[in-house]
Amino acid sequence: MSKPKIDDATGVETVGHEWDGIEELNNPLPRWWLWTFYATIVFAIAYCVVYPAWPLLDRATAGTFGWTSRGDLDHEMKAEASRRAGLLAELDKRTVEQIAADPRLRRAAIDGGRAAFKVNCIQCHGNGAAGSAGYPNLNDDDWLWGGDVATIHQTLLHGVRQPGDDATRMSQMPAFGRDGILTPAQVQDVVSHVRVISGQEKPSGSSQRGAEIFAANCVACHGAAGEGGRAFGAPKLNDAIWLYGGDRKALTQTVTNARYGVMPAWGSRLDPVTVKMLATYVHSLGGGEEAPASAAPDPATAAN
Amino acid sequence: MTAHDPKLSADHSNEIGLYEKRKSVFPKAIDGPFRRFKWLVMAVCLAIYWGTPWIRWDRGPYAPDQAVLIDLAHRRFFMFDIEIWPHEFYFVAGLLIMAGIGLFLVTSAVGRAWCGYACPQTVWTDLFQHVDRLIDGDRNAQLRLQKAPWTAAKIGKRALKWGIYLAISFATGGAWIFYFADAPTLQYEFWTGTAAPVAYATTFVLTMTTFIFGGFMREQVCIYMCPWPRIQTAMLDEKSLIVTYKDWRGEPRGSVKSAVKAATPLGDCIDCMQCVAVCPTGIDIREGPQIGCITCALCIDACDKAMADVGRPRGLIDYCTLVDAEKEKKGEEPTPVLKTMFRPRTLIYLGVWSAIGAAMLFALGQRARLDISVAKDRNPEFVMLSDGTVRNAYTIKLRNMEERPRTFRVALEGLAGAAMFTDEMDATSARRDLTLRVPADTTQRLRIYVVDQRGEEGEHHREHGEHHRERGHGEFAFVLTAPDDEGGMDRSETTFTTPEGHDE
Repeated sequence: MSKPKIDDATGVETVGHEWDGIEELNNPLPRWWLWTFYATIVFAIAYCVVYPAWPLLDRATAGTFGWTSRGDLDHEMKAEASRRAGLLAELDKRTVEQIAADPRLRRAAIDGGRAAFKVNCIQCHGNGAAGSAGYPNLNDDDWLWGGDVATIHQTLLHGVRQPGDDATRMSQMPAFGRDGILTPAQVQDVVSHVRVISGQEKPSGSSQRGAEIFAANCVACHGAAGEGGRAFGAPKLNDAIWLYGGDRKALTQTVTNARYGVMPAWGSRLDPVTVKMLATYVHSLGGGEEAPASAAPDPATAAN
Repeated sequence: MTAHDPKLSADHSNEIGLYEKRKSVFPKAIDGPFRRFKWLVMAVCLAIYWGTPWIRWDRGPYAPDQAVLIDLAHRRFFMFDIEIWPHEFYFVAGLLIMAGIGLFLVTSAVGRAWCGYACPQTVWTDLFQHVDRLIDGDRNAQLRLQKAPWTAAKIGKRALKWGIYLAISFATGGAWIFYFADAPTLQYEFWTGTAAPVAYATTFVLTMTTFIFGGFMREQVCIYMCPWPRIQTAMLDEKSLIVTYKDWRGEPRGSVKSAVKAATPLGDCIDCMQCVAVCPTGIDIREGPQIGCITCALCIDACDKAMADVGRPRGLIDYCTLVDAEKEKKGEEPTPVLKTMFRPRTLIYLGVWSAIGAAMLFALGQRARLDISVAKDRNPEFVMLSDGTVRNAYTIKLRNMEERPRTFRVALEGLAGAAMFTDEMDATSARRDLTLRVPADTTQRLRIYVVDQRGEEGEHHREHGEHHRERGHGEFAFVLTAPDDEGGMDRSETTFTTPEGHDE
């Protein structure tokens, strides 16, 4: 072994390489550093054995621990389910009215309902439950079938116009124009009248003629003043809220062809607790009514 | 000089070591003012570390009674009378900045004092080195034992020593978890096996790091792992006090005997190697400032003792700045130590450090313990009700940061004629203000519906939407007040949207 070359300036031995007079000093790495490096290699090999690691054609090697991220999720979901189990059992035992009367259960049902709503309802009613043309806005105080929690629950359980469900919400407005009950001119007159009672137009000759046609054909369900009839699911016509639109074009379309919206009977699709939570949530959206159905909220009298 | 072919000369690399075994350090026991100071700092540091979680602090029935508690589960940080919420994390950030600037201050004034005295690595290494001396004896005995074959006696001594290492490490790792949960409860749970797995995992990891870093790695951590020594070399300047071997006084070195025989007079250094023997990182300070020196000043103690033995003045190794070193070489008077420490650079650090501290104390005194924030619903932006009135919905968060339940009043400011109700109230009982009980130390989330009660007037305005702007609707605020003795107020501005849009 030759004697190590020592660099004069630093007193450190050189590794012996030299490029145009430039030499490399040998400041050795601590040996434990090397062992740490080996340890990481051992760790990596062990990791590959026990955890999923090597990608194959359609999956990765499984690893001897059998760990999967899906398994992790499953574990977390089970833990969450068992955490909620007691609360869900309580909700199961109570009726929607009883839940509404218990602040704690009501709170839980609203939160649970919000989550279920996001999964099952927003496709038609929208993320904010504001609906759109043909899909009711659930935030407002206008209800076709009633806005107390028990009625909402009933509507949810049996749906709207669901064949094969005896208790489903069923109403059938005649297609006045299409079926020839009214002439197109008469339809326009009725539309004028409806726009007058909803405060969108001033009375005119057309609306006066329409009033007579309305009295003859519509009051049975919609009421003499167009106040609607919840027993038949007949919408209130003298208010500011329109399911299909309150302009002349939309109303003409409605009177001519009638509208038949549908909603699934959630009682046969979701578990009873979820339906109860959904009813409680929808009732909490701001337009919920006292049971039994009382007058629509009148904030003007509640002001202080 | 001729150019070599690197491939040819590379052969030489087979003969040299690219890796170096750790050279064991067996520091000799020493006594002196710096050693005693080190003892004191060590005692204080260890007492703070082990004792703090056990200090009780009465905060009433709604908050933990542990003086210092980092409650990660509930996102709260308690420190005596101060409670920090997650949104007040800037206090913690401020403390960290103060710690950073404090290190700058200390380093620029007195060098690596943090490394030498207060760093946990130093404190625990020091503790473990005392264990070495207790079991194996002082430096020479340790050296002998290191070289001795593995006899039963040596195995016994090693087992005993490492057992003590492990016990200290376990106490160290175990103490850490008490900062994150109620200490007496966690202690009971820990020993009964009912504590959270993370408590055992943390204890195990910190036990092992203490055992390995304090027991075996020691100065290797300072030299190779820790970034601070590298930063500090940049922080030091020629006016920083560092441990200095005064070579102009010591050299040429030689023993007392050789000094007698020497032709020319020798320096004060008697080459007794005591400075090297006591060094906890095993360096020779006489080679000048170096990365391995943590400036613990034990070599000063050792050298002073040696100088006293041979009747020479103390301070051959001493705290000294590079500027003073030059002065002393020329025989000039060194700068007074206070002048060295209080110079513009350190004073600026001190000023910034104090300003941040004062600002944080001021902010701490001024911070409100109640808070309201409002998020307006954007989907839908408004809801038209059947009587033509318009309703907007808001999600409101009320923070009660006191450690007791409080009654809050939330009122509408502006938006005359509007009223509000929550999703747990009936629309018919809408009102201008709501009174709510918010539990201690809690953020209460509320759904609030605000109805603009235009009534008949609204009918008119729906036909004449342009009049809305005159009505001043649009901007309004939720005002939070606490009607109790402590009081307090917060408001959050938001907007009210109508089908015609909202006022800007």
